[in-house]
Amino acid sequence: MAQAIEHPVPHGPAPILPQPRRVRRLFEETGDAFTLEIEPDDDGRFLPGQFNMLYVFGVGEVPIYISGNPVAHEPLQHTTRVVGAVTRAMRLLKPGEVIGLRGPFGNHWPLHNLTGRDVVIVAGGIGLAPLRPALYQLLANRDQYRRVVLIYGARTPEDILYWDELERWREKLDLEICVTVDRASVDWRGNVGIVSTLIARAPFDPSNAAALVCGPEVMMRFAVTELQKRGVTSDRTYLSMERNLKCAVGFCGHCQYGPYFICKDGPIFRFDQIETIFGKAEI
Amino acid sequence: MTRTLAPIISKQPFFQGLEERHIAFVAGCARNVRFDEGQVIFREGEAANEFYLIREGLVSVEANVPHKGPMTVQTVSVGEMLGWSWLIPPHNWRFQARTQTATRALAFDGNCLRTKCEEDHDLGYELLKRFSHILTERLEATRVQLLDVYGSSH
Repeated sequence: MAQAIEHPVPHGPAPILPQPRRVRRLFEETGDAFTLEIEPDDDGRFLPGQFNMLYVFGVGEVPIYISGNPVAHEPLQHTTRVVGAVTRAMRLLKPGEVIGLRGPFGNHWPLHNLTGRDVVIVAGGIGLAPLRPALYQLLANRDQYRRVVLIYGARTPEDILYWDELERWREKLDLEICVTVDRASVDWRGNVGIVSTLIARAPFDPSNAAALVCGPEVMMRFAVTELQKRGVTSDRTYLSMERNLKCAVGFCGHCQYGPYFICKDGPIFRFDQIETIFGKAEI
Repeated sequence: MTRTLAPIISKQPFFQGLEERHIAFVAGCARNVRFDEGQVIFREGEAANEFYLIREGLVSVEANVPHKGPMTVQTVSVGEMLGWSWLIPPHNWRFQARTQTATRALAFDGNCLRTKCEEDHDLGYELLKRFSHILTERLEATRVQLLDVYGSSH
């Protein structure tokens, strides 16, 4: 049985006080998704799956997953979609401008518990962002894991995140990349269909595999069902959950999810922790 | 010695558990087929006389959308079944199928199988159960696609 997830407390002594940081650069990923690079502090460390609270002064604060490389000391990357006033304002930031940052918060993908296993990463849409640091870390320690498979679903080919990087990774012999889109013109050369359909035929050993899943909750429901059909058990399946994160330190209760606070106890849960409440409309 | 496709068919997940005599029936309606990359397997509106079990390759199921042109609505890959219009009147294809890569498949004669299913309702029921399962999975998948889940924020 895989071990439970550790809960680091990496943020500083004033976790609710945003620290001013300079924007290094901002670049478009897709039509509505962008990556914001922020200068790190002296430490600059984070763990795969963690998030920061980013504060656009005068507009508001939102949680954004860290999407960069955790094993390289480089500007902190955050990838998000434009979904409201804060992210709309964030997208207009220019290099050198200042943004408020709190974090990193939350637990992390338990990669150190998965050595010797096949690792199956299932991502949907912008859900690839918090899984990209896990991929970097897996690739940096590739010999510790058996097969590594990325199964990724997007709305259309134009909505595929990190396209160039996926193409580079596709050339690696020790990483299997399976991509599908929900709809496409006939020019698209690849899979069309929901992401869970790829799980059935992806090359991994279900008796040994662990799965890391992130995406819209409906997509995760279907993904977990397919993983279970293949034989990946609940104690080897990890999901990144999302609710309304506000304080990020377990004070406000906005992100309560059954007996848990997503910000403090998550966002990553082993599926057997949440199996009885997962998918329930009132939770 | 006459070679039949029965050993190959019995190993396909879709046919697993089918009685030997039924496998022999099905094999009697089957043939091996190959398609080049980009080849149209069937066109919308044509008579649906066959269905296919993909053994190698990738096939796009396409629909012509006014003002948008042809769109791929689904792809069918190794081990998956392509086409069920042979089963349901008026037995005309509702979509077009075209290969993305060179493709090998087993093709099953729909007329032949329909006749055998009418003669042997046990076989008919078994096949219908299996096709119902595929139809259910594809209906569920279509519903999820319609939800456009990636359009909403994760």
